[in-house]
Amino acid sequence: MLDLGLLLTLYPPMNRGAMNTPEPAIRISGLQKSYKDLHVLKGVDFDVARGSIFALLGSNGAGKTTVVRILSTLLKADAGTAAVNGFDVAAEPGKVRESISLTGQFAAVDPILTGRENLVMIAKLRQVERPKEVADGLLERFGLTEAGGRRVATYSGGMRRRLDIAMSLIGDPPVIFLDEPTTGLDPEARIEVWGIVQNLADNGTTVLLTTQYLDEAEKLADRIAILHQGVIIVNGTLAELRALLPSATVEYVERQPSLEEVFLALVGDKTPNGKQDKEERS
Amino acid sequence: MSAHTVSNAGVMLGRSMRHITRSLDTIITVTITPIALMLLFVYVFGGAIQAGTDNYVNYLLPGILLIAIASGIAYTAYRLYGDLQSGIFERFHSMPIARSAVLWGHVLTSLVSNLISVVVIVLVGLLMGFRTSAGPLAWLAVAGILILFTLALTWLAVIAGLTASSPDGASAFSYPLIFLPFISSAFVPTDTMPAPVEWFAQHQPVTSIANTIRALFAEQPVGDDIWVALAWLVGILVVAYAFAMAAYHRKIA
Repeated sequence: MLDLGLLLTLYPPMNRGAMNTPEPAIRISGLQKSYKDLHVLKGVDFDVARGSIFALLGSNGAGKTTVVRILSTLLKADAGTAAVNGFDVAAEPGKVRESISLTGQFAAVDPILTGRENLVMIAKLRQVERPKEVADGLLERFGLTEAGGRRVATYSGGMRRRLDIAMSLIGDPPVIFLDEPTTGLDPEARIEVWGIVQNLADNGTTVLLTTQYLDEAEKLADRIAILHQGVIIVNGTLAELRALLPSATVEYVERQPSLEEVFLALVGDKTPNGKQDKEERS
Repeated sequence: MSAHTVSNAGVMLGRSMRHITRSLDTIITVTITPIALMLLFVYVFGGAIQAGTDNYVNYLLPGILLIAIASGIAYTAYRLYGDLQSGIFERFHSMPIARSAVLWGHVLTSLVSNLISVVVIVLVGLLMGFRTSAGPLAWLAVAGILILFTLALTWLAVIAGLTASSPDGASAFSYPLIFLPFISSAFVPTDTMPAPVEWFAQHQPVTSIANTIRALFAEQPVGDDIWVALAWLVGILVVAYAFAMAAYHRKIA
């Protein structure tokens, strides 16, 4: 904060979008959207700071996906404003699309193409230089080098999701939308995806995550907002959210391992993919 | 179209062409079925059909080409529907690409794949005794009419692909199109048909299109047929394109 004036004089305004200015990566205010009689969003407001992981929680049908679709210029809001990377989604949709990547909850990858072909396709569409090298680099980074020549139809759910996320990294967009990234994944694959998401944020990418898994938000998010009946009812860090309830009481409870811990301990390191990933990430 | 759009559409074309070459079903339907039909009509029914040409393959080939295209474009609807359902359509639309390239990719794929099957069928026709003395200009005219026919039906397919609620629905619209050549001059001269059927056959687009192509191949005057055919083709193309774009804009923001 102290060096803000200096920063502004050092960097001409044109380049500020990419710098660590306090301007949020995502700014939404008064967002409304109805589908016929159904008033899904009734005035949604929130900001997402650059380089942070922001989790948008809500029950099925709460409108999380609607928010993401508006932010990714796939849907027009009825009222209110939304800006991504400093660009208004309605006024400058082209600039917004240059700033984002979307990974869908249904993993929008092409099952008939191979993993490598999917990546090369996206790289060519984004007009990235040396698309084949970019694809090979991502395959290696996501532990898919061996599977890269196989059709995606043969991939497991976890491999598909890793490919999906790899595709969204092409062109280094500063903001990534992860719409229910771990829905339908087994516990190991979920942990893999969590590691990838954490890595993204560590490298400065802003991540907006929608999820219905509370542990996912607890594990990953810097800030958490709950979308309920068309408005954000709370928005804060995990500690702030916890403080909303009466302070902790001390109880003595026998600590039992959770089923997930048992499952992971039993099957944990036996799959080659899991091993490969751990080695790469460490 | 800007260079950006052309490049994007080229990538989309490459993608859909892979879908075709990796789908045995598509190859069988768009190329092998019309060839089988041609074999059936020439070697089974052909001897009994008095078409007025010295060789029945010469009479039949234009109709077979039209049937091949009519069945080929059904896959455009099917692939487009699949893209909408899978979510890859949304991925493309959230990317910094020319949005029109997404639809044009499908349209170009339809054009290229149908032209390939047309060439294969013509080659098989040559083996079966198809002969033409048509010069380069007549060939060019035939190619132009087939391209126009493919484009017109492809934009119809785009409407079906964008509005269908099931994969079967996306391709079902093509059945009447595949059937239309049978009630036309494509297989037999229309004057042998009962009066109401003959009237229908005379006034539907396939007859004038098939007659035009046949006349071009035989180096005979095309007469009014070519103008009727062009009017139909351009009319269908313009209307289908308008409805397809309307359906597209309803789908996306």
